[in-house]
Amino acid sequence: MLEVRGLTSHYGRIPALKGIDVDVREGELVALVGANGAGKTTLLRTLSGVQPATGGHVRFDGADVTHAAPDRRVGLGIVQVPEGRQVFAPLTVEDNLRLGAYRRGGKAAAATLERIYAMFPRLRERRASLAGTLSGGEQQMLAMGRAVMAQPRLLLLDEPSMGLAPLLVQEVFAYVRRLKEEGRTIFLVDQNARAALSVADRAYVLETGQVVLAGTGAELAANPQVQQAYLGL
Amino acid sequence: MSAELTQFLLTGITIGAIYALVALGFSIIYNASQVINFAQGEFVMIGGMTTVSLVDGGMPLPLAIALAVVVAAAVGLLLEKLAIERARGASVVTLIIITIGASIFLRGLAQLVWDKNFHALRPFTGSTPIAVFGATILPQSLWVLGVTVLIVAALGWFFGRTLLGKGMLATSHNRLAAELVGVRVKGMLLLAFGLSAALGAIAGILTAPITITSYDVGVMLGLKGFAAAILGGLGSGVGAVAGGLALGILESLGAGFVSSAYKDVIAFVIILAVLFFRPSGLFARRSAERV
Repeated sequence: MLEVRGLTSHYGRIPALKGIDVDVREGELVALVGANGAGKTTLLRTLSGVQPATGGHVRFDGADVTHAAPDRRVGLGIVQVPEGRQVFAPLTVEDNLRLGAYRRGGKAAAATLERIYAMFPRLRERRASLAGTLSGGEQQMLAMGRAVMAQPRLLLLDEPSMGLAPLLVQEVFAYVRRLKEEGRTIFLVDQNARAALSVADRAYVLETGQVVLAGTGAELAANPQVQQAYLGL
Repeated sequence: MSAELTQFLLTGITIGAIYALVALGFSIIYNASQVINFAQGEFVMIGGMTTVSLVDGGMPLPLAIALAVVVAAAVGLLLEKLAIERARGASVVTLIIITIGASIFLRGLAQLVWDKNFHALRPFTGSTPIAVFGATILPQSLWVLGVTVLIVAALGWFFGRTLLGKGMLATSHNRLAAELVGVRVKGMLLLAFGLSAALGAIAGILTAPITITSYDVGVMLGLKGFAAAILGGLGSGVGAVAGGLALGILESLGAGFVSSAYKDVIAFVIILAVLFFRPSGLFARRSAERV
């Protein structure tokens, strides 16, 4: 479904991605782990088109989207839940969700909205509140709900558990599992490598802009290097 | 209430409504880009001047008005396309300076296309004053107030009810997130300039029969609209309307009870006072954010 070959991206003259090869197949949950500054967020931003690619290819369902505009990618079904939630703070919860379906128009969104309220009852309770007044966990759910409103075929999740209390982290990962069970394809970045590897079918380890290891979630979780560097064992 | 006071209030509300329209134009562009568009007054001028010359050329008034709004909107779109979009990535201050340049350029162009004389548009529906509570109001003032109310209602509907309007708000609050939900951010900025230019033009056309128009009418009206926007809180729609009306009334009362020589001073005293004592304006968005 997603095929990334030799992808590079730069901040000014400094390379942030140095030739990334990554594949995500339909229905898979693929995790990307790595330290701060390894380029995880840059990779997701480049996949969404908000950070320009300077070389290499991104293909989605066989179509080249390396230089496609962000809104076109959303239309194709590549939807991101960005790092730090990035909800529209001064708008209501419901407006935030409706904006998630911006490309689909208001009418098509109504049914999806009901599904999201069923999945996140807390959001229904707070539908008229301003998004900025929600707690961090609620904002994460809102950001995920907003992305699902776009009917993503490939969901890019950037650090969904960042800054959340341990109980909420579990909750967020439960939702990630549920989205996967619904048959969605997910590409997940998280600093919580243990949790990420435990839900992932396959995973990549990113170091200073390069993929250094790849394998199934269980393989990587059992890899001594990964254990030492990312799992604190 | 004395007839005199009523008269000053009526005059103030009329001119205030014009300031409100100009202020709304400032707010819409500011929201979309954080840029203060100092060419906003020139849109006002283009609206008034185009209507005057089309009517002088024999075109029926309604058609001339519609065409003038389209011309102004086209100028707004061109300004964004040719000047603002080209400077993509430049700092906000640079963009603001570009708009100052554009305003000088448009004023110069207007001198060439038209002339340096004053022009008057005849009132839309007669000029017999109507008596109200012992004071009088011109039919044109009723046009100003009526159209302003309609426009404010239409903008309220656009930003409050339509997905496109919400997308525009979303872009102003969080550009990255807006891009990630599929809003075409570039298109939004273009739309903002077109919309603001159209609003400015409408203000210019409404006021042309009352205040007379000329190639440089936009300088003062633009600054007054800016003062109104600052007073209400830049970026706030309610603030722009309230700021406009407040400025219009204060100006009219000042001119009536103190001296008409100080009429224009009031706007600038307000800018200074707001910047000193309440830089975010009266109706600034309350920021409710948790990180």
